[in-house]
Amino acid sequence: MSEPVTPAAKAERKLALLLCAPALLVMIAVAAWPIIHAVVLSLQRYDLRFPGEREFVGLGNYAAVLSNGFWWTAVGVTVVIIGVSVALELMLGLVLALMMHRSLVGRGVVRTVLLIPYGIVTVVAAYSWLFAWSADTGYLSRLFGPETAPLSEWGPSLVIIIIAEVWKAAPFVALLLMGGLALVPADMLQMAAMDGATRWQRFSWVTLPAMKPAIGVACVFSTLNAFRIFDTIFVLTRGANDTGSVAVLTYNNLFRGLNLGIASTMSVLIFLAAALIVLVLLKVLGVAAPGDEDRGR
Amino acid sequence: MAVRMTPLTRAARSPRLRWTLADIVVVAYALAPVAWLVSLSVKTPATVSDRNFLPRQFTWDNYARIFTADSAEFLRPLLNSIGIVVISTAVAVVIGAMAGYAVARLEFPGRRAVIGVSLLIAMFPQASVISPLFEIERTIGLFDTWPGLVLPYVAFALPLAIYTMAAFFRQLPGDLEKAARMDGATPGQALRKAIVPLAAPGMLTAAILVFIFCWNDFLFAISLTSTESARTASAALAFFAGSARFEEPAGMLSAAAVVITVPIVVFVLCFQRRIVAGLTSGAVKG
Repeated sequence: MSEPVTPAAKAERKLALLLCAPALLVMIAVAAWPIIHAVVLSLQRYDLRFPGEREFVGLGNYAAVLSNGFWWTAVGVTVVIIGVSVALELMLGLVLALMMHRSLVGRGVVRTVLLIPYGIVTVVAAYSWLFAWSADTGYLSRLFGPETAPLSEWGPSLVIIIIAEVWKAAPFVALLLMGGLALVPADMLQMAAMDGATRWQRFSWVTLPAMKPAIGVACVFSTLNAFRIFDTIFVLTRGANDTGSVAVLTYNNLFRGLNLGIASTMSVLIFLAAALIVLVLLKVLGVAAPGDEDRGR
Repeated sequence: MAVRMTPLTRAARSPRLRWTLADIVVVAYALAPVAWLVSLSVKTPATVSDRNFLPRQFTWDNYARIFTADSAEFLRPLLNSIGIVVISTAVAVVIGAMAGYAVARLEFPGRRAVIGVSLLIAMFPQASVISPLFEIERTIGLFDTWPGLVLPYVAFALPLAIYTMAAFFRQLPGDLEKAARMDGATPGQALRKAIVPLAAPGMLTAAILVFIFCWNDFLFAISLTSTESARTASAALAFFAGSARFEEPAGMLSAAAVVITVPIVVFVLCFQRRIVAGLTSGAVKG
């Protein structure tokens, strides 16, 4: 990039900045500014029921949240949901991707119907699961045993929350993985087959390595998606019986507790956790962030 | 591939039949929750609690009720949803296309910064902005208004719009603008004459994806609205459920849920290829 800046290049730069300005402005105003504002609020005692007692308390809110049992329960629940649903989404997603990629019959049908879980409003799907498992209406409600109300118990509730989450996210993971399947070199598979490699060997030696970047992207997506989980839990349990994720706990502190200081503290902690998750995943998986080395490869 | 098959059933031996069976399982997987909502929505009050997957008695009453008697509870929020999401989609796609074009086809110093910021927003947990946004919007008077929801929808949909549009612009022939520039056009004129007329298909794909994304929102809708003036349909569902006026809300709720799902089903049926192409190009390669 050491060529002298020609007038044409200058005009191009000006145009580019003009074109990007509105998008950058909105993204910064609605995301970056609130995050900074959240940091400011998190350093204050700010209870909407007692606005007169608003004052600077330093890191007091952080001490309060980080020593609070409810917070750590929510963190635990979120971690469990992430761990289980990411594993299930990757496995189910791979199966679905293979079907979309290879099915001899009705490939179009499979691709079309799998867009329904992807597209359906999360809250709508959650209501379907809620009614399916509710003791009074549900066709699935006796699955955990007769005369039980699965959504009023901790274990069954979490299982149902995870089912709902995986059902919705796995098809999208499958789409991401299908993109990776298209990159698997067909001639390598053929050569391996001629060399007598079994179906499983071909899969684990040729297909999986070729799909590594796609699997990485799918991992990042499904982890962050599970980390954000809110709608499903809100509808199914509202976070009762220790089933709330960190997002649900934040919402409850804001709108039931009306404690803006504490809720903002949780907001900041959630933001930091997400940043940490992204950094760790990018390191562990060796996924190049899109935009690193000239995009697209 | 027919190496030493153990005596399986005839069905399992025919690949076509096996794939068909697998297809049926996938279709059932994808559609069961939707079918269940449809079923509940047409059950009569007497049978709504019979726990059968399929209805034994039909009625359209639930649909009639959500659209007439209790219109304030569902009809107004539905109109809010349509208005807010359509506006958000239009805004996000237009300014996303502008940024996407710059990222895909222009050389400029801030290119990686634009990509970085939108990537950051795409990964952003929305729960981390609800507390400050709630406070900010109450202070500046945007709380419980259409713009109060349009803004966060646009901001969080922009990464999707930018990636989809950038992927689209990148696969257009490389010398489109060059020809225009040879004739002495500025970069801006080249964009207007050579690219804008071709942008429609990409913008349609981006619009569908952004619409689906915004239509899906729940957290902003319940956090940043408090009355019928801006509450969206999905938020209304949650308040519906709590309403004591309905002794058995499952039927009406299901009907409302089915109505909310209609646009998604229409999009999926009409634009299946576009959606798949848009999602895979924007997500994996972008």
